[in-house]
Amino acid sequence: MHLEEFAEGNSFIHKLDPRVKFLTVIPSVFAIAAMKTIAAPIAALIVCLILVILSRLDLKKLIIRLITVNVFIFFLWIFLPFSYPGEAFFQIGNLIATKEGLLHVLSITLKSNAIVLLTIVILGTSEVFSLSHALIHLKLPRKLVLLFFFFYRYITVMHDEYVKMKKAILIRCFKPKSNLHTYKTYAYLIGMLIIRSFERSQRIYNAMLCRGFKNNFPIISHFELKKIDIAFGIAMIIIFFSLIAVFENTFTQVPIWIYQKTLALVGQASRLS
Amino acid sequence: MHISEGVLSPAVLIAGALLTAGGVAIGLKKMDYNKIPGVAVLSSTFFVASLIHIPVGPVSSHLILNGLVGILLGWMAFPSILVALFLQALLFQFGGLTTLGVNTLIMSAPAVIAFYLFSYLIKRGNNIITIVAGFLSGAVGVGLAGLFMGLSLLGTGEEFVNIVKLVIAAHIPVMLIEGLITAFCVVFLKRVKPEIVGA
Repeated sequence: MHLEEFAEGNSFIHKLDPRVKFLTVIPSVFAIAAMKTIAAPIAALIVCLILVILSRLDLKKLIIRLITVNVFIFFLWIFLPFSYPGEAFFQIGNLIATKEGLLHVLSITLKSNAIVLLTIVILGTSEVFSLSHALIHLKLPRKLVLLFFFFYRYITVMHDEYVKMKKAILIRCFKPKSNLHTYKTYAYLIGMLIIRSFERSQRIYNAMLCRGFKNNFPIISHFELKKIDIAFGIAMIIIFFSLIAVFENTFTQVPIWIYQKTLALVGQASRLS
Repeated sequence: MHISEGVLSPAVLIAGALLTAGGVAIGLKKMDYNKIPGVAVLSSTFFVASLIHIPVGPVSSHLILNGLVGILLGWMAFPSILVALFLQALLFQFGGLTTLGVNTLIMSAPAVIAFYLFSYLIKRGNNIITIVAGFLSGAVGVGLAGLFMGLSLLGTGEEFVNIVKLVIAAHIPVMLIEGLITAFCVVFLKRVKPEIVGA
């Protein structure tokens, strides 16, 4: 099972400090998720595409990944335009698709793809081990990071166990169909996997104790913050938040909203008294 | 099915993230350092199990098994499911970083509910009670997950109402399959390795 498809590579994005990667990606994806117009997500998508080119990722793999992600979005295209209030755009039988609904789905599609590309380009280009190392530096609970690391480490091991058992049932002429026998077989297979994982984890823990495990992994290579890391981080955050500022004027709307709410509250209070 | 990025409103995302943070904090408190390898390897097993596609009539569905996760892990289902979804967000971009809180809550809260409702019955009950409680924990786990998913979509906007109906309808056959598999699995575990279910 090959999990880290995009981590191999030699571009400057692959070499960025994983701590900076997290600190850049998290505010940026939330900024994109909060966008409401069409223009801002298009601009964000263009920025992400430029990053894809800079990181020299395998485009074929990237497109396959984007297709799977867009399956959920496809369902939104079928349903959302017809249940959104607004001006009619076209009609199929009794169903009326509204202009507002179509724009809304378009905005979701653009935002979703921009976020996915950004996650692949920035986080997908680091190995999971260095990402978990970065999470320790970012003060996440140690237990959670250890859990994540062990979880990741044993996926391939448990997958091998599963493949072995799957072969064993196939040799015995098992053909999955919609019947009770199939469900029972799968349930026992999963049960056996759980038992094997339970026994294996006990052996792992004992082995760790034998080697003097003290709740952390000593590491030789430490992170080194370079100028390019800081420059990249600051540039990305400025880009995504200025997209919001330019296209969305959320920043100007917030004070207006607060002002209106206060006026309404004051009005109510004066009427009550 | 997970909710992808860019769909939910910031209010729903923040509420989901806060509730998940609370659940994860309780889970981590219950998870001592010596339990970490056990919870981790079990999480990898569930991750692999979720790749199995089970035929349901003409189509196939992948397993979720959050009811079973709840029965085996209790509150530790929160950190367990969180790391699995985090990995999916990093490597496959299924779900995502912004929706991590909401998606973890959708899957883990039903797991914890199933734990409180059925784990005692599974531990102490006879064969028939174990089967029934196992079935219910699988079915309730997925059913509530569908319900919570619908609620988070409705919390974003009324316009999702048709999709929510579809989501809930799609969860009904899955509830049946998950129930059956969880029931068989729980009986098997209780017979072969009773200490896993705490019996």
